Amino acid sequence: MARIELSRLAHSYEGRPTGESDYALKPTDHVWDDGVAYALLGPSGCGKTTMLNIMSGLLRPTEGKVLFDGRDVTELATEERNIAQVFQFPVVYDTMTVFDNLAFPLRNQKLPEMEIRNRVAEIAEMLDLALCLEQRVGALASDARQKISLGRGLVRTDVAAILFDEPLTVIDPHLKNSLRRKLEEVHRESRLTLIYVTHDQTEALTFADRVVVMHGGEIVQVDTPQALFERPAHTFVGHFVGSPGMNFLECEVDGDCAVVGGHRIRLAADTPTDAGSTGASLELGIRPEFLEMVFDGREHGVPAKITRVDDLGSSKIVTAAVGADTLTVRLAEEVVISDENCRLVFPPEHSLLYRNSRLCLKPTAGRP
Amino acid sequence: MPLIFDSISKIVSSEVHIHPMDLRLESGSFNTLLGRTGAGKTTLLRLMAGLERPTTGRVLMAGEDVTGVAVRRRNVAMVYQQFVNYPNFTVFRNIASPLEVSRVDGGKIERRVRQVARMMHLEDLLDRLPAELSGGQQQRVALARALVKQADLLLLDEPLANLDFKLREELRIELRRALAESGAIVVYATADPQEALILGGNTIIVDGGRVLQQGAAAEIYRRPTSLRAARLMGDPPMNVVPGRIDDAYMRMGDDHPVEAPDHLRALPDGPYLFGVRPHHVRMGRGELSEITIHTRVDLAEISGSETAIHFEHGGSSWVSLQDGVHPLEVDESIDARVDPRRVFAFDPDGELVATPDHASAGRQV
Repeated sequence: MARIELSRLAHSYEGRPTGESDYALKPTDHVWDDGVAYALLGPSGCGKTTMLNIMSGLLRPTEGKVLFDGRDVTELATEERNIAQVFQFPVVYDTMTVFDNLAFPLRNQKLPEMEIRNRVAEIAEMLDLALCLEQRVGALASDARQKISLGRGLVRTDVAAILFDEPLTVIDPHLKNSLRRKLEEVHRESRLTLIYVTHDQTEALTFADRVVVMHGGEIVQVDTPQALFERPAHTFVGHFVGSPGMNFLECEVDGDCAVVGGHRIRLAADTPTDAGSTGASLELGIRPEFLEMVFDGREHGVPAKITRVDDLGSSKIVTAAVGADTLTVRLAEEVVISDENCRLVFPPEHSLLYRNSRLCLKPTAGRP
Repeated sequence: MPLIFDSISKIVSSEVHIHPMDLRLESGSFNTLLGRTGAGKTTLLRLMAGLERPTTGRVLMAGEDVTGVAVRRRNVAMVYQQFVNYPNFTVFRNIASPLEVSRVDGGKIERRVRQVARMMHLEDLLDRLPAELSGGQQQRVALARALVKQADLLLLDEPLANLDFKLREELRIELRRALAESGAIVVYATADPQEALILGGNTIIVDGGRVLQQGAAAEIYRRPTSLRAARLMGDPPMNVVPGRIDDAYMRMGDDHPVEAPDHLRALPDGPYLFGVRPHHVRMGRGELSEITIHTRVDLAEISGSETAIHFEHGGSSWVSLQDGVHPLEVDESIDARVDPRRVFAFDPDGELVATPDHASAGRQV
């Protein structure tokens, strides 16, 4: 069991960092709660691999501490921390049998052979490897090899957390889902802390109870997959999660409305009432799925001009101009587009306000 | 100036890679080759380029037989999945290289390179070396080099497959614009139906070295001629289950029979394969006219704005695609429902026999 705490953790690959931009990982406080399946999501260069390497002990941080259940492990080597790692490429001994591969970490721990047998049998059962225990690993397909790699981590009795680094990259697409399902089952049965690093939103959101999104060396949101979609905390999350990404329009604020080109758009009820009071960059954010399009010329909504329609079969992606801004709208396949002039309706519950790229939200508003 | 395949086939050590095929790609047209890995897409591109010689048949370019003509004597540009750049050349020289080889004069090179660099958003990176660029930028350089050449035939072999998801989304839109302006016959190979739908143009579905169907991607999506084409043109693929029609009632798998909707009523009694698009499998108990499937979640795959709920139905893997993010536990009990007016019917050999009339199911938002 482990609760992993990052305390003022920061890292720079420069010898003497002078400014914020020298940091690959900016000073970060974060707690990975015990027994939760996390994903660490971000594009390449966001700092996620740096954070992972510090937690696993491959990299010593420039500043700050890593605590496992309150114990400072910052200076400890990987093998002195009770964590296991699963990499992109399976780390297995090809010439040994599946059984010997799984037993290897336990034999290193010098456990009695009887206990090793029981433990290996248990893990092999969990991973559907029981029938191939006597086979040599070299003869197996990539998904089985990756399961063995995972099994070598799970089998250890002293492991409190498993770190995954893009573990499904080399797995054939049609085998990915069975492995993803297996990971969910493993999590349910083992209740270990799992941290899954990836740049792929589907990998992250499918795997995780909670997703940690990184951007530019900072954590910008820690939330459920649903909240990343419905309440992105940062414009980056709105853009990065979801396809197409979220729309953002420069706006002003007047009371409980955003004002775009003279049109008033009511904001979500969980937007604080004082959101517009200070001079800052304000943007209205709404996902393409939530915008509605009407053609009957009623006097509600914002007038827009359709510039492009992409028929994706199951839906239509419409590009529309509102003033100088361009928005994307996802419509159901049956919607008939009768005119290039339309009005866009912004449902209040999905119309969010961003100040200096961060979501303005009442502190008490039902956050998970 | 069309590109024509006249009974082209390719056999390698008695294994048929391409079955005899006629193909006509119009001058200035945009074409997508859609197929899984191993379907023959790359072989077709290589035959078009002249990198491979067909076993039988002729390749005609602008009316001229170019079957035996070497690739460097044809005006062809090619972009691969794995980006290839000259590591010691700057971005500028990387893009300029095809023009230098054909001895275009300096002023013109400068103009053309800057024009293409602007199109691919590389204008601020022209002095960099490839190693100083991100993967996405490196692939932009490779694309710019292909565009600068003003080839008659521009071949792209899954050029975005190695890039991150968001980058792929952005580059796809830029590429669509740049390729439309190129004036060349463009052939773009991909395994991703979404890409074929977004890029537009003429889609050619390739499977097992044959052309299964050809036309606008959205049209193939709505009116596939076979189950195979229906499944290839869709991600997740169309759900399929065997069933029967008897006395104006249809039955999918072990589901309770329902009255056959209008488009299936004219079919003779007998066995069929029924197909349902994933976003037409909705959650919750159906109405009386609908088919309700009681099942358990295999996996909820969440893509960011959609949730693909995988489950088993009648011995096949099925997927329901829902808008939004819906966390569901593995093995959780669910009800899924299908409106029979949305069901495609194929004969037992997989040939289409009835297409749903999309208007009849009304508007669902």
